[in-house]
Amino acid sequence: MGKRTIVPFGPQHPVLPEPVHLDLVIEDEKVVEAIPSIGFIHRGLEKLVEKKEYTELVYVIERICGICSFGHGWGYCHAVEGLMNIEVPERAEYLRTIWHELSRIHSHILWLGLLADGFGFESLFMHCWRLRERVLDLFEKTTGGRVIFSVCKVGGVRKDVDKETLDEMVGVLRKMEIELKELTNTFMDDYSVKSRLVGIGVLSKEDAIELCAVGPMARASGVDLDIRLTGNGIYDKLGFAPCIETAGDCYARCAVRIREIYQSIDMIEEAVKTIPEGDIAVPVKGNAPKGEFITRLEQPRGECFYYAKGADSKFLERMRVRTPTNMNIPAMVKILQGCDLADVPMLFLTIDPCISCAER
Amino acid sequence: MSYVTKSPWIIHYDGSSCNGCDIEVLACLTPMYDVERFGIINTGNPKHADIFLVTGSVNEQSIKVVKQIYDQMPEPKVVVAVGICASSGGIFKECYNVLGGIDMVVPVDVYVPGCAARPEAIIDGVVKGLGVLAEKRAAMDKKPAAAAKAEAKEGA
Repeated sequence: MGKRTIVPFGPQHPVLPEPVHLDLVIEDEKVVEAIPSIGFIHRGLEKLVEKKEYTELVYVIERICGICSFGHGWGYCHAVEGLMNIEVPERAEYLRTIWHELSRIHSHILWLGLLADGFGFESLFMHCWRLRERVLDLFEKTTGGRVIFSVCKVGGVRKDVDKETLDEMVGVLRKMEIELKELTNTFMDDYSVKSRLVGIGVLSKEDAIELCAVGPMARASGVDLDIRLTGNGIYDKLGFAPCIETAGDCYARCAVRIREIYQSIDMIEEAVKTIPEGDIAVPVKGNAPKGEFITRLEQPRGECFYYAKGADSKFLERMRVRTPTNMNIPAMVKILQGCDLADVPMLFLTIDPCISCAER
Repeated sequence: MSYVTKSPWIIHYDGSSCNGCDIEVLACLTPMYDVERFGIINTGNPKHADIFLVTGSVNEQSIKVVKQIYDQMPEPKVVVAVGICASSGGIFKECYNVLGGIDMVVPVDVYVPGCAARPEAIIDGVVKGLGVLAEKRAAMDKKPAAAAKAEAKEGA
């Protein structure tokens, strides 16, 4: 038995764009225990419900995270709409679904790039991020923003997208798919990539359930958990089935996300084909009534809860978001136990951590 | 960009941002914007860096880290506050855990506005920072000379 040493990891660390701190207790080269400490980017934005009206709060909630900002905006709006009994026009739900799936594509490609950077394959990182710019261009064309869109509002969406632009969007995505196939071949078949991913950081199905893992992390361990199945938005009309792998290692988590990119492209095409004409928003007036509403949404990183409590005023009494990264941290601590020190960045990245979501 | 005579190395730290500006900082390095062709590298080591890019505002916990990184950087150094949160606190200004812009902790040379700041704006900020860096360098060269003169006078 070797000597135990504690290696600090973060908060400022080259593989992490975001600050998080891990104390790694190591014995020779094996990690015995990982102790995460967070709080570097806690802003306390849930408290802003007292200062911003419920119609304005959507801008704050969107800025929980710059990567899945659309999903947060949608989840919040859905919670308030539920509280106020607002029926959203169908076209708005279609547009929200399209934008949400676009966010998923952009988030997953971004993650693939970071993963490639994590295992030292820099050109693959560059290619992933090059492809991602096309999705951002689509966002810019349809919403006006690259990462923060502010296009979702209580009662509907702010901008309509005409048919030509939607068709063009599908065209761009289909073209992108061809190039993406080349990249995913590298992720899935390249032997040096496989040597870093296969069999590393295995999370069993039982552990995934017990530690409440969510999203691709759970699905890679064979847990059939996808909130899109419960049918918010128009997912029930898109013939959707979750992507599930059973191995539970880094390779499986990578495979789940890659399959989800293709699935999202198919879903967007289907939604564009069937999108109905009509209004994109209903007017919203008056106070948020007394009551509570809770809703769930499948973010790119997993299941996300939104809770809104009204107090018969312009201001909500409480707003709560439970984000996927929070739920995946126990599972991450579990897979870090017994891994090689050199694999720590990889294992940390495969939960797709979003610290600004986790701390808010 | 023929006037870029120095390839600055950059260190990036996320004070308490929402990720929006961080991924835009990273996007600057990737093929669409590709500042690496000018030799600009994102380094993880403060002692290698010339320009400190900070995104997001500061809070009680990150204030120490920002200060530490700034202190470790060798002179001359430039601080670029990326995004509205780093400049003033932005939309989170009223949050209980947000103290305000980065200029509360370290002196800021260039402010890049935007929520999230666009890559073009960030690159522009870094180019402006290069000008400041050159000025600071020149001032540093002068100082020792002036000090030597003063010493010589005292001796005489």
